[in-house]
Amino acid sequence: MSEPKAAIVEVRLPSRLGYEKVAMSTAAAVAHLMGFREERIEDLKTAVAEACINAIEHGNRLNETRSVGVTLSAAAGALEVKVIDAGRGLEHLPPLPDIDRKMHGQQEARGMGIFLIQALVDEAEWVTGVDGDSSYVRLVIRLDKVA
Amino acid sequence: MQSETRSHIEQLKSPAGDAVAVLRLEGDIASTSKDAVLGAYQSLPKESNPLILLDFTKVDYINSSGIALVIQLLMEASTAGQKISICGLSPHFNKVFTMVGIPKYATLFPTHAEALAAL
Repeated sequence: MSEPKAAIVEVRLPSRLGYEKVAMSTAAAVAHLMGFREERIEDLKTAVAEACINAIEHGNRLNETRSVGVTLSAAAGALEVKVIDAGRGLEHLPPLPDIDRKMHGQQEARGMGIFLIQALVDEAEWVTGVDGDSSYVRLVIRLDKVA
Repeated sequence: MQSETRSHIEQLKSPAGDAVAVLRLEGDIASTSKDAVLGAYQSLPKESNPLILLDFTKVDYINSSGIALVIQLLMEASTAGQKISICGLSPHFNKVFTMVGIPKYATLFPTHAEALAAL
């Protein structure tokens, strides 16, 4: 028997802070339908929110003529989320947050979003489009197997 | 779209008889919350408020910019010699605050009552 096709849900957000909550709610609704545990849904919500905030602030530079695309692909056992913006993507990942360095002013207080994304989902990768005028972050969170 | 952050300050006494300034936060804690978080904290005279409790019980959403505001508050408090405690975080945000190292500079309590009892 062939595998069922992934269910695809797409959302477009304006590049305005606060609208990341629309993507969060949508991702949570899809994850509920898939049977994720509450704890993993909370992880997913934070990771999706941070990915959207980065896309709005850094990718689209708060330019409201550009939108952020969010595609959720619900397949057997895993949910993949792509957050797409019109930026050039990350040249390099920021340093890991270091609370001592932050407290001593040696590292910016901000700059924890990418660390949180990486820590909260099973896979995270940042991809720059070949044309150089779009990029996306791809997140995967896997459904726990029931023992 | 971003819901407003509201904050208010209460002056309480711990069971040990110490004065505790409680900064109760409500709504979203994000980049737009600077006045509600840092502004409210900065309105407290530092020398007469050595114990501060940040109460997140009624906070619905915190993002990394909001956590950065908490870190900025901890920096100011550390310089002033104030002790900061935090209560009312959901289990998820308790985990996130722990992941970024906040418990090194502030004690986390599950509830307001447990925090006050320990201060």
